[in-house]
Amino acid sequence: MTWLAWRQFRVPALSVYGGLVAIGVVLVISGMDLRGETDFSDQDFMYSATLLVMYLLPAVVGVFWGVPLVTRELETGTHSLVWNQTITRKQWLTTKLGVGGLASMAAAGLLSLAVTWWNSPIDALASSDPERGGMITRIEPVVFAARAIAPIGYAAFAFVLGVAIGIVLRRTLTAMAVTLVAIAAVMIAVPFLVRPYLLPAAEETVTVEETNLYQLRGNESGLEEITVREPAGSWTLTNETVDRDGNVVSPLPAALQDCLAPPTRDEPPPERGSLTGCIAQGFADLGYRQHVVYQPANHFWPLQWLELAFFLALSALLTWFCFRRIRHVS
Amino acid sequence: MTILRAQGLGKKYKRKWALTGCTLEIEPGHVTGLVGPNGAGKSTLLNIASGMLEPTSGTIEVCGGVPGSGPEQLAKVGYVAQNTPVYGNLSIEDHLRLGAHLNPNWDAALAARRIERLGLDPKQHAGKLSGGQRAQLALTIGIAKRPELLLLDEPVAALDPLARREFLQDLMEAVADHGLSVLMSSHLVSDLERVCDQMIVLVASQVRISGDVEELVATHHRLTGPRRDVDTLPSNQQVISAKHTDRQTTVLIRTEAPILDPAWTVGQLTLEDVVLEYMSNPVAARPTLEVLR
Repeated sequence: MTWLAWRQFRVPALSVYGGLVAIGVVLVISGMDLRGETDFSDQDFMYSATLLVMYLLPAVVGVFWGVPLVTRELETGTHSLVWNQTITRKQWLTTKLGVGGLASMAAAGLLSLAVTWWNSPIDALASSDPERGGMITRIEPVVFAARAIAPIGYAAFAFVLGVAIGIVLRRTLTAMAVTLVAIAAVMIAVPFLVRPYLLPAAEETVTVEETNLYQLRGNESGLEEITVREPAGSWTLTNETVDRDGNVVSPLPAALQDCLAPPTRDEPPPERGSLTGCIAQGFADLGYRQHVVYQPANHFWPLQWLELAFFLALSALLTWFCFRRIRHVS
Repeated sequence: MTILRAQGLGKKYKRKWALTGCTLEIEPGHVTGLVGPNGAGKSTLLNIASGMLEPTSGTIEVCGGVPGSGPEQLAKVGYVAQNTPVYGNLSIEDHLRLGAHLNPNWDAALAARRIERLGLDPKQHAGKLSGGQRAQLALTIGIAKRPELLLLDEPVAALDPLARREFLQDLMEAVADHGLSVLMSSHLVSDLERVCDQMIVLVASQVRISGDVEELVATHHRLTGPRRDVDTLPSNQQVISAKHTDRQTTVLIRTEAPILDPAWTVGQLTLEDVVLEYMSNPVAARPTLEVLR
C-alpha cells in the first residue's frame, strides 16, 4: 500500500518540495550575509517574505495535499477499485495519512529550520532591545508561528483538516475553499484564544516612574492611556493603568490631562522630560499604578513545544474523526 | 451450500429506501445474472455484497463471511463497480503493480497474459483508454485477484455492441479457466443471456423469479386461444400475465407439465420475453396453487 500511496502522492509532493528547495537555496545564500550584522533595515522584503512562506505552507499542505487525498478517489470512483483489493479501508487510510502527514511535517520542519536560521540575527536584535524600535520579538504572535517547531504542528493539523473536510464534503473544490478558510480562522484565533493561556504569564503591578514610562497615547481630547516598558523580548498581553483597588482606569482622569495640553499649531509639543515627570507625579498623587501581564522571553521554547503539542493533539482528534467517517463512506 | 445469502436486506439513503426486504440465495459455480429495471436495487445489492455499503436492515453472508469485514473476506470477493473506475494518471502497468501489492493471491502471470492478449500497451495511461479497454483493465484486476466470487455491476453498460461482445466472451473464458462464481447485473437481458446460466429478476427490491436460464425458457409458454377466464386453467399452470381482447385470450404461464388443452396455440418464448413479462407484472395474475400440488 505504501507503494500506491507514494505513487499517487509523488507529483504533489515533489512539486512542493521542489519549491521548498528553491526557497531554501535563496535563504541560505542571502542568510550568510546577515551573520554578524546589526542593521537590517534593508531586509524588509526578505523578512516579510519569510513570514509569508511560513504562513502559506500549512495552507498549501491542507488544500493541495490534504483535500484531494480522499475526495479525488471519491470523485473518480477509484475508491471502489482500491477498497475492493485485499486491504481494509483502515489500512488504506493509515498509509495515505501516514505518508502525507509525515511529508507535511517534514516540509514544515525543513522550511522552518531555514527561515529560523535566516532570521536569527534579526530575532536576536529584536529581543535584546527593550525599546524594540518597532521590531517584533520572536515570541510575539505574527513571528512566533513562523519560527522553530510550532510550524510542524500547523502543517500536520492543516493536512489532516483538509482530509477530514474532504471526507465530509466529498467535493474537491468546495473542500479546498472551506479548508483554506478554516486554516486561516484557526491561525488567527490561536494567538488570541489559546497561546496566551498555554503557560501562566508573568504578572506584576509597577509604579510609574520617569524611567519606565514607555508610550503615551492620546487624541484631540487629551491623554488616553500610557504603557510602561517591559522586559526585553517579551510578549505583552496586558499593560493597563489601575487604581489603588486594582480597578482598571480608562480613560485617564482629568487630573492627568493637564500634563499634556491639546496640541496646537503655534506651540511646539511639550518636552518629554517635563511630560514624563508630570505624569509620574500625577500617578503617584492618585495612587495609580501600571498592571502588566506578559510572556517573558524565556517562555519562547516552552510555548513552542506546547503549541506543537496542542496542534498535534488537534491532528490526532481529526485523524480519529477521519477513521470514523471513512467506515461509512461509499 | 450458498456463496451469497441475503435475508430481509434493506438499505436506506437519507429518507429513501433503495432496497427493502431482499431475500435471495446464490449457488456457487455459476454465472448469475441480476436483471431488473432501473431503481430495482441491483447496484445497492452488489454494493452491499462487496462491503462498499452497509445494509440498514437484514443480514447478508458472502462466501461465508460478512462483506468487507476484513482482509480475508476482501480477498474472497472481487468487485468491478459501475463505470469500471481506474486511476486515470496511472499506467496499465501501475495498475497491475497495484494489484500485486494489495492482493496476496495476485496472479501476475494471468494479469500480464490478459493485458498482452487484449493488445494493450502496459505503459499507456489508464485515462487514455477507451471505455471497453478500461472495462477490460478493471476486469483483469478483478480476475487476477483470484476471488471466489466476482461481482460485476453493469460492466458493459457503457460499451458499444462489439466491445460488449468481446468483454462478455472474455469473461466467459476467465470463468471457465478459473472456476470462479460470478454475479453480474445488467438491465439488458440480451447481455446476460449470452453468459449467464442462472438468472435473478429483481423488481422493486423483491426477487420476482430466479432459476436456471434454460429451465426458465423451457417452462414458460405463451398460450393464445379463444377468450376464457384464467381461473379455468389447470392448477399446475402459474399465470404470469393475461391479456384479453373481445374474442381472444393470451396468457403467459409457467408450468413443468405438458400443455394438453388443444384450444391453445402454444408460442415459444425467449429469455427476454420471460424476464420482461415478470418485470412488467410485479404481481402474478394467478399464483400457483401450491397446496393442491
